[in-house]
Amino acid sequence: MSQELDALYQEIILDHYKNPHHAGLREPFEAEVHHVNPTCGDEITLRVHVNDGVVDDVSYDALGCSISQASASVMTDLVIGRTVDDALSIHEEFLTLMQGKGSVEPDEDVLEDGIAFAGVAKFPARVKCALLSWMAWKDATARSLEASAR
Amino acid sequence: MIPGLLPELQVIRKDFPILERTLAGGQPLVYLDSANTSQKPQVVIDAMVDHLERHNANVARAMHQLGAESSEAFEAARDKVAAFLGAPERDEVIFTKNASEALNLVANTLAWAGPRQLREGDEIVITEMEHHSNIVPWQLVAQRSGATLRWFGLTDDGRLDLSRIDELITERTKVVSFTWVSNMLGTVNPVAELTRRAHAVGAIVVVDASQAAPQLPIDLAAMAPEERPDALVFTGHKVVGPTGIGVLWGSRALLEELPPFLGGGDMIETVAMERSTFAAIPHKFEAGTPPIVEAVGLGAAVDYLRSVGLDAVHEHERAITAYALEGLATVPGAKVLGPLDAAERGGAISFELAGVHPHDIAQVLDVRGVAVRAGHHCAKPAHARFGVQSSARMSSYLYTTPEEIDAFIEALHYTRSYFKVA
Repeated sequence: MSQELDALYQEIILDHYKNPHHAGLREPFEAEVHHVNPTCGDEITLRVHVNDGVVDDVSYDALGCSISQASASVMTDLVIGRTVDDALSIHEEFLTLMQGKGSVEPDEDVLEDGIAFAGVAKFPARVKCALLSWMAWKDATARSLEASAR
Repeated sequence: MIPGLLPELQVIRKDFPILERTLAGGQPLVYLDSANTSQKPQVVIDAMVDHLERHNANVARAMHQLGAESSEAFEAARDKVAAFLGAPERDEVIFTKNASEALNLVANTLAWAGPRQLREGDEIVITEMEHHSNIVPWQLVAQRSGATLRWFGLTDDGRLDLSRIDELITERTKVVSFTWVSNMLGTVNPVAELTRRAHAVGAIVVVDASQAAPQLPIDLAAMAPEERPDALVFTGHKVVGPTGIGVLWGSRALLEELPPFLGGGDMIETVAMERSTFAAIPHKFEAGTPPIVEAVGLGAAVDYLRSVGLDAVHEHERAITAYALEGLATVPGAKVLGPLDAAERGGAISFELAGVHPHDIAQVLDVRGVAVRAGHHCAKPAHARFGVQSSARMSSYLYTTPEEIDAFIEALHYTRSYFKVA
């Protein structure tokens, strides 16, 4: 019984949930977005600061379950300090993992703590939780690039 | 044995085949999500299968024996629903797709030309504890008609704040729409008092009985006319019936004043290219082929509930709810949203558990076979009122046993230890 739960709630996920990285909203930022999961009401307000093609900062204020909170924390660890292109490819990799229904073998070199979410992919109702912050980040980054192109 | 439980509980459980199934890992099912949708007794399933196997034909337009049988079954379902509600007239029962469509029917037709048409300066009054389906249609209609939407707030213990009733229900009020029983807080609202106040200023009253119809005896004809709502809606699938069918009961006076909603087959008297005239109620509001087999299922469902007895169902719900509230009080960090007295509430209990998000509660409970709902239960404003973003909700019904409540409470203790908040 708890084996099934443990596949979902990996220690890494619970650690990030209890001590989220990069939480809080910070300046400076070029774009701020607010995303919600309409079925359960989970929300995130997220800001990105992109400087010279590099993700300098991602800050956020999130309300939600352990999966969505931990995912936001892991996401910021993975994208901050990377070039936007690298960060977007990590985003793609994470998306593939989450949409794989448990059949995708995660690459720890790319996803680091994100591999802990491999178990979430087997729980269709929770995939949206894990993707909320990632979708918000992608949206904010696109807007940030638009803003700086203007 | 807890007083108030249905004496034939084990027999009743046998009527619901799904309660015998097991879940992953051989866990027995503990279904505590009946406010979301109820399970179906064999008689409902059989009535629908029998109709499809033996009597299937379109209604009111097929000139053959099967058509006659199908029409008869469909109209018999209307009689059964009318009896279930104690409707003054059986033609006041309109079949819709669900409760949302029934509410949208009333709200939309009030915005269209007719003696009740809403205009700028008119006011619509709802409450902060409504399901989204009794908020959004009124917001849309207010935007389209220029009428103003106002609402009752809630007290800290989850009741309607009636202290401002004189400011809210005034001569500008044209519609008062509220839920009889809250799907989130469980609160039972004072239908007679609110209706009397609304009628005193000439407003019509719409009651969302989606959570009331499953568990409270309803007798519209027995209500004093000044305390009887003008419209009342509920959905089939929460009263042990199928999905895809809901009910709008409306007084003949109101239904005759409202313009038609959807145009199409069966709702007309005659059609020319220039204009049409319309059928009398109930057909005026039933355009197109209706959900026939669903109506047959709903008829069997409300007959089943009446055979058990709504008073007995209500007593059972109260006993189980009281037992669940006692159990929740033993779980450290559990906080119930809404009234704590089972005598004053329905059988849905929303709660929080300190340190564990509702989604995570539901997930752990599910692994133990306990099905509850987590989220905002389509009542975001009510959650916002209590400063919570979401909650977990357990909801019982006539087939719920005290042992299932024990399993639920034990699973909550396990949840706390799993997330190390113990």
